Amino acid sequence: MHLEYKVQGGNFSKAGHASGEIKKVLKQLNLNPMVIKRIVVALYEAEVNIVAHAYEGDIIVDIDDSKVHVVLNDRGPGIPSIERAMEKGYSTASPLVREMGFGAGMGLPNIKKNTDELNIKSVVGEGTTVDFINYL
Amino acid sequence: MIVKDIVTLLDAHYVNNSGLENENYDVAFASDLMSDVLTIDIPNVLLITGLANIQTIRTADMAEIKCIVLGRNKKATPEMIELAQENEITIIECAYSLFHICGLLYNEGIDPLY
Repeated sequence: MHLEYKVQGGNFSKAGHASGEIKKVLKQLNLNPMVIKRIVVALYEAEVNIVAHAYEGDIIVDIDDSKVHVVLNDRGPGIPSIERAMEKGYSTASPLVREMGFGAGMGLPNIKKNTDELNIKSVVGEGTTVDFINYL
Repeated sequence: MIVKDIVTLLDAHYVNNSGLENENYDVAFASDLMSDVLTIDIPNVLLITGLANIQTIRTADMAEIKCIVLGRNKKATPEMIELAQENEITIIECAYSLFHICGLLYNEGIDPLY
């Protein structure tokens, strides 16, 4: 199964909408609830990151018998140091992002905790790709 | 402690009742930071928060939280209530501070998550 969603940067009222829709599909497929939860927590944190930091992005989900593969691409400022961004507590989020209950530097560590394989690539001035796999 | 007794204890009221009045809660977690809430990895946790925006409900949905107490007299917005209805999440509004809410619930035997 292949799913694609668009994400609009800066639109906090819609942040998490795509993750909510993908969660419904995963539930309909009767996947293990603990696996679904790990996927949607990682996905939601990554979606919020696009809304918080980028101009726009897309989410691509491929599901087969053995795994769920999620790719989030954004057009945005990119991450100068992925190593620093992975540190708990490191954040460049705006006050608006913090008002929404995020921006405490826990997003990428939460994504790592909830995924089986995680690969982040970023080019400053162009954008970021977060690619993760969870095995079923 | 069941939800309807929590409502009475906190002198609170439902703004969305998804039929959990008799659901029992043994564990609660209080935070305004949604990334913290997303670290919860056990089901059936009562969320106590002063953050009243749409991300509170989105986070509850992702974290499989079915009952939220909004403290500090925070009010749920219409879009929060709509999303809570769609996902069968109960929202309770309470005028007490989070510290006060936590103290009352702890006194009645509800445990912290950590």
